[in-house]
Amino acid sequence: MFSFSTIKDYQAQLSEGTTSCVEAVQYYLQAIAAHQYLNAYLEVFEEEALQRAEALDSLRKGGASMGKLHGVVVALKDVICYKGHQVSAASKILEGFTSIYNATAVEKLLAEGAILIGRNNCDEFAMGSTNENSAFGAVKNGIDPSKVPGGSSGGSAVAVQAGLCMISLGSDTGGSVRQPADFCGIVGLKPTYGRISRYGLIAYASSFDQIGIFSQTVDDAALVLEVIAGADDFDSTVARQPVEMYSSQLDTSKKYKIAYFRQALEHPGLDTEMAASIQSYIKELQSKGYTVEAVDFDLLNYIVPAYYVLTTAEASSNLSRYDGIKYGYRAALSKEDDLTELYKQTRSEGFGKEVQRRILLGTFVLSAGYYDAYFTKAQQVRRKLVDTTHKIFSNYDAIIAPTVPSTAFKLGEKNNDPVEMFLADIYTVYANLVGIPGISVPLFKHSNGMPFGLQIMTSHFDEVSLLALSRQLMANH
Amino acid sequence: MNAADKYEAVIGLEVHAQLQTNSKLFCGDSIAFGAEPNTHVSPVTLGHPGTLPKTNKKAVEFAVKIGLACNCAIEEKNYFARKNYFYPDLPKGYQISQHTTPICKGGFVSIKTSEGEKDILLNRIHMEEDAGKSIHDVYDDFSCIDLNRAGTPLVEIVTEPCISSSEEAFQYITELRRLVRWIGICDGNMEEGSLRCDANISIRLKGEKKLGTKVEVKNLNSIRNVKKAIDYEINRMIELVENGGTITQQTRSFDAGNDTTFAIRDKEEANDYRYFADPDLTPFHLTPSYIQSIKEQLPALPQQRMLQLKKEFGLNEYDAEQLCDEKATAEFFIAVAQHTGNYKAIANWMLGPIRQHLNETHATFDHCSLQAKTLAALISIVDEGKVNFSVASSKLLPVLFTTNAHPLQLAEELNLLQVSDTGELENWVNTVITNMPDKVAEYKKGKKGLIGLFVGEVKKLSKGKADPKLVTELLQQKLS
Repeated sequence: MFSFSTIKDYQAQLSEGTTSCVEAVQYYLQAIAAHQYLNAYLEVFEEEALQRAEALDSLRKGGASMGKLHGVVVALKDVICYKGHQVSAASKILEGFTSIYNATAVEKLLAEGAILIGRNNCDEFAMGSTNENSAFGAVKNGIDPSKVPGGSSGGSAVAVQAGLCMISLGSDTGGSVRQPADFCGIVGLKPTYGRISRYGLIAYASSFDQIGIFSQTVDDAALVLEVIAGADDFDSTVARQPVEMYSSQLDTSKKYKIAYFRQALEHPGLDTEMAASIQSYIKELQSKGYTVEAVDFDLLNYIVPAYYVLTTAEASSNLSRYDGIKYGYRAALSKEDDLTELYKQTRSEGFGKEVQRRILLGTFVLSAGYYDAYFTKAQQVRRKLVDTTHKIFSNYDAIIAPTVPSTAFKLGEKNNDPVEMFLADIYTVYANLVGIPGISVPLFKHSNGMPFGLQIMTSHFDEVSLLALSRQLMANH
Repeated sequence: MNAADKYEAVIGLEVHAQLQTNSKLFCGDSIAFGAEPNTHVSPVTLGHPGTLPKTNKKAVEFAVKIGLACNCAIEEKNYFARKNYFYPDLPKGYQISQHTTPICKGGFVSIKTSEGEKDILLNRIHMEEDAGKSIHDVYDDFSCIDLNRAGTPLVEIVTEPCISSSEEAFQYITELRRLVRWIGICDGNMEEGSLRCDANISIRLKGEKKLGTKVEVKNLNSIRNVKKAIDYEINRMIELVENGGTITQQTRSFDAGNDTTFAIRDKEEANDYRYFADPDLTPFHLTPSYIQSIKEQLPALPQQRMLQLKKEFGLNEYDAEQLCDEKATAEFFIAVAQHTGNYKAIANWMLGPIRQHLNETHATFDHCSLQAKTLAALISIVDEGKVNFSVASSKLLPVLFTTNAHPLQLAEELNLLQVSDTGELENWVNTVITNMPDKVAEYKKGKKGLIGLFVGEVKKLSKGKADPKLVTELLQQKLS
């Protein structure tokens, strides 16, 4: 019977001949079929995945060298373009749309031998924290199906959580990888802004978006990151600096110098049991020889408003291309309707409520008369945050924080209060505002039975410390 | 006093020039004109989900070039902004443009009008991408969109409101078109839309400081139409105001069918474009050394060349002007001038028989098969009296265009060398005198103008080879 622990183990078994890519794919196809009620997949590339598995098996048996991700079964959040396959951003407005090119991350996965098994459900255009904003129904948490998996990459998180693939790619604009990883009890990595090309990632907010990785272990996340990161001629915002071999630099006993924000742990919105767990965990780390110190962070209450002003502004522009003219959904019009009516009806019918809310918000904050009060101000907050962050990392290797202020919500619990939902992003949006890498590692369990994670952040492009520290903490817990 | 004389016009022009790069401003698609619709369209041009722009460095270089050629200050810190609006031929729902930081600021273009020289001041030159084309007249029920043009790099060259007549506008665009062609950044073809002009026009009472309400006129697809539209619009506004009306801020379109303009929208319908820095593109920084290197690559500009042709080569205003109409023409002159000192003759040859030959063969100085050295040699043998000008231009030149043979050898081969052997000349002269006794008698009675006739007859007889100077002298001798 097939079972998966790490990519390294799996590839060792492939080399020894004790398993095959076909066996792995068959296993996952069965698991996906058995867990349809979780609604994690929008589409499964069944035939194709099996064919590719067969091809990889025969290549390997023929003596060909194995790519770094040879045979690794990967699922893609439905915002990542895969040539010849539908991509919908879980929105009705992209109904029936097929991508005519590969995202750079997909190209790189395929070049190293990965098998793409399907596309995962998510919040529409990656906007949401519960995965309830999908045009194709909510995703359910595999640990407790009455709970949400988090969002917006909920389907991708559940796909790894429930063993429906080995690795999945999500996207993280304000926590959309780390937050569902936290709710689902798995590893969720958001690299530095610009570490992975965004070419082929459907944009929500361009200066925040980053492809992220879900996995069971830090080792697997590190290996996938070193494959998909790096410069790209199709993305001018991607970093040019060389990609480190993360997976081979994880084994260290370095006692990192860690900071945490006093105001974050004392925040009234944080679940008291979670606060207590993290406080006692900090003591444990200190007793193990880590420096863990509180630093003051008086900008905490500005980060969620700044985040929502800036991301909705960018989103209002990024989503303008969905207009019913070139592709995707177009409203049925009567003869008398003019062009404006075509736009209005198409976008009113094609976009869901949350997406419409954010487009309107973003249009508002960029409009003449309000621009300076909102957009310009939020940019100032962002710059201030970057300065503050640089100062912190001149003294510390890492910052730790809760990932989310509570464990997974009940389905439907927060749907009526968008502001309350926004505020739950308080710990994750910071890393996106300043562009630093962040990860959620599954260290804790709440008395309500749900898991929760610890968020770790390091300075720009210090994924080595981020991953090495995460691995230490997971190994010693 | 004529009612119109109370007013003065204030005009500002916005010229869009398509940059003749190989590819679009933000992706590798070709920008060639006239391809089948929707064939130069990558996922980036189509605005497909997940696509990102990447700046074409050549386009930036071209923008810097035109800025330097127009005496602008070049901005070192630049970024692109998004101009948000919905239109079917705008695939992303926003145009990538520059907003508060145009790549070139200030500057001027010098023009000549009947009233003298004037510097037309520029406000800015900024870069942006072109939209696609909407085609409304093919089907009754729907419009067609061609996105080949979408993403073509443009510079928008914006003047200050400092133009005061349609003549100045005409001269300005003529000069600007010469300039963009001269430095090779745009083919300047207004019919194909490579160069497009919008005019902002207002009137005010002479002496008034405040600007009047302006009207923007679009769709001006030739320099003549810019002039016509401005004339029409100024008259329309004056008439309107004189009749007690008020000018409303409008966008109008020029109708080339009847040389009038008509309103297409009022100001109230103006968009709020919600500009913000495009987060998909990083700011781009131009270093002083980069700007300097572009400056050094710039060719001598038309007005510099004209000055050179006048000062260094002693040409008159007209010749210099004509030779500097295009860069290739001026350069050809300079090239020939390296081989002969008879500069006036070069000008005469180039503006006379050579230009005529090029026109007849649909060629240009850009691709002139006649070599500079050949022309110089041709001029020399005419100067030396070995061949006369008319034989040289009618018999030798057409052959030289294809062979670039040595003109003297060619003249020998074709037996076209001028005869200055007095014996042979005398024979011809005697024949003519014998054949025309009546005219000779008239001449002798004092009708000295007939000398030309005799010279002509000798030329005919000699098949053009007789040296006219010597023939004249000989005739005068014999008939005195």
